[in-house]
Amino acid sequence: MSNEWPLWEVFIRAKAGLDHKHCGSVHAPDATMALQAARDVYTRRQEGVSIWVVRADQIVASDPGDKHEFFDPMQDKIYRHPTFYQLPEEVNHI
Amino acid sequence: MLRLADGALILAQRLGEWCGHGPALEEDIAFANIGLDLLGQARLLYTHAGALEGRGRTEDSFAYWRDEAEFFNPTIVELPNGDFAQSVLRAYLFVLYQQSLWARLIASTDAELAAIAGKSAKETRYHVRHLGNWVVRLGDGTAESHTRLQRALDYLMPYTAELFAPDAVDDALLAARIGPALGDAATAWREPLAATLAKATLVLPAASPFLSMGKRGQHSEAMGYLLTEMQSLARAHPGATW
Amino acid sequence: MYTQAMDVPNADDAPSVAAPANEAEAAAHFDARCAAGEYVEAKDWMPDNYRKTLIRQISQHAHSEIVGMLPEGNWISRAPSLKRKTILLAKVQDEGGHGLYLYAAAETLGVSRDELLTALHTGRAKYSSIFNYPTPTWADIGVIGWLVDGAAIMNQVPLCRCSYGPYARAMVRICREESFHQRQGFDSLQTMMQGTDAQRAMVQDAVNRWWWPVLMMFGPHDKDSQHSETSTKWGIKRISNDELRQKFVDATVEQAKVLGVGLPDPALTWNAERGHHDFGAIDWTEFWNVVNGHGPCNRERLAAKVKAHDDGAWVREAALAFSAKQAARAAA
Repeated sequence: MSNEWPLWEVFIRAKAGLDHKHCGSVHAPDATMALQAARDVYTRRQEGVSIWVVRADQIVASDPGDKHEFFDPMQDKIYRHPTFYQLPEEVNHI
Repeated sequence: MLRLADGALILAQRLGEWCGHGPALEEDIAFANIGLDLLGQARLLYTHAGALEGRGRTEDSFAYWRDEAEFFNPTIVELPNGDFAQSVLRAYLFVLYQQSLWARLIASTDAELAAIAGKSAKETRYHVRHLGNWVVRLGDGTAESHTRLQRALDYLMPYTAELFAPDAVDDALLAARIGPALGDAATAWREPLAATLAKATLVLPAASPFLSMGKRGQHSEAMGYLLTEMQSLARAHPGATW
Repeated sequence: MYTQAMDVPNADDAPSVAAPANEAEAAAHFDARCAAGEYVEAKDWMPDNYRKTLIRQISQHAHSEIVGMLPEGNWISRAPSLKRKTILLAKVQDEGGHGLYLYAAAETLGVSRDELLTALHTGRAKYSSIFNYPTPTWADIGVIGWLVDGAAIMNQVPLCRCSYGPYARAMVRICREESFHQRQGFDSLQTMMQGTDAQRAMVQDAVNRWWWPVLMMFGPHDKDSQHSETSTKWGIKRISNDELRQKFVDATVEQAKVLGVGLPDPALTWNAERGHHDFGAIDWTEFWNVVNGHGPCNRERLAAKVKAHDDGAWVREAALAFSAKQAARAAA
């Protein structure tokens, strides 16, 4: 049995106003050390102002096999996009 | 000033030895970050010392062209790395000491020194946190890690007496309101240390009459080797630019 | 997403693309996706051989980064100025970071870092032959930056567009950080070339020793390269060994002129007809000797990594034990 430290996914907010974005992962024994490892590894060049770490085995992801039923039905929902609506020329800023 | 700078440089030199040889890749990177911060602090302090002295000495004149007796770092930073427990604990004891000094030097009448202290204090807070976390994890980890860390504590504690034992230089700097009151700093050092050691389930060894004298230029046997290695290339090419 | 766990379907999941009904059909579909320049992600179905090839390539790359910390780390303690010491420590640290990104990318393919390290430590996994050469002088550090990193960048930039998403993203990050390592190396050598005779001699000696091993870094000639064809089809490899090597030689000849160093190859001449430099024959016996463990420093490099890992075992265990205790305390 391996006594490898668990894997943590790292998400970084590059600056205030932006979403946290996945940028990689680290191995760490616990959450505190994972956060510090993420800081030391992924923000060496001022890449972030905020970090999230999540244990990799706690993430629930969609299955690529479900791609058709999950995502294809959105293809014909054109009424969800602004370009669907034709407005008269003189009406601006809507 | 040189005491502060030399302490940072010599510890950076020791931390650099871990690069590529740590217990996990993540920790190699963390140690290098601490080493880089310490190097940065040393360079600022040397440059400032050179400017105050006004004889044209640069950071490299201080680092590469002084002999052992002219280095004034506390002995604890020059001791060999030992195992990871000893390296972590030594670094922790020292950065905690730095933290207690920066907090006071921010009010120094030497404005440049106060500015360096302000910048360094932020770096040091992170070092204290990271290394303190390791002290707790190793102390309260396995039986083996506990034994190793307790052994390191027993070995290193006597070398901490020097940190807060004021001599004529310290007294003069305090009188000029440039340097810190070491008595207050000692209290600021002891309290967080006691809390960390308690969490780490470690026991402080009995006080020892031993007093190391690195900050007066009287070093351990390890220092000669460290300097010989560090200065070898620079001294083989006097006057060269790199 | 850099995670291995998400590759494993739960037992109660409906059969997914992870187990296609018709393997041949899935493979054809997969090849078509690669040909169309689409990215493959960790959970997508992929041919076994694609997975194996990637694990081999990414882990070799990761191992190269962390073994590569050693020859340069050899000079951290002796760097001749505080500025150079700082630059070198940061650079060696960057290499550790690159190794870490790459291990993470390999882990998305369902292999653990521990398994990869075991393969390295037992000598089963290979790493770049270049790191089995010694760094006896300070000039070696500059030359590694200029030539070794220069060659590595040429190899790596095309990988930023490789078909496997996690690898491509790791390479984007690495190339961004690595591009200036070469500049640092060149800058260091330039300073030395403008210095004393002893410094200039040191640089020339280092260039003489590294030139041929660096050309070997691009791997065997295309006609002798066993993995190239499928790797190209799958978009894991985009430019051939010989093409990259030629590109490197052409670029380096000009840089050497600026530096004022000679390159140790009497056959190196401009061929106007080809529009490229011709260069002498590479000693492939030496290359295979080094790859197969008989280079100048193979034993030392491996021993250092094994020792670091073994010496660190109690530290890793202690941290896990503490974490378990904390969890138990929180539950109590």
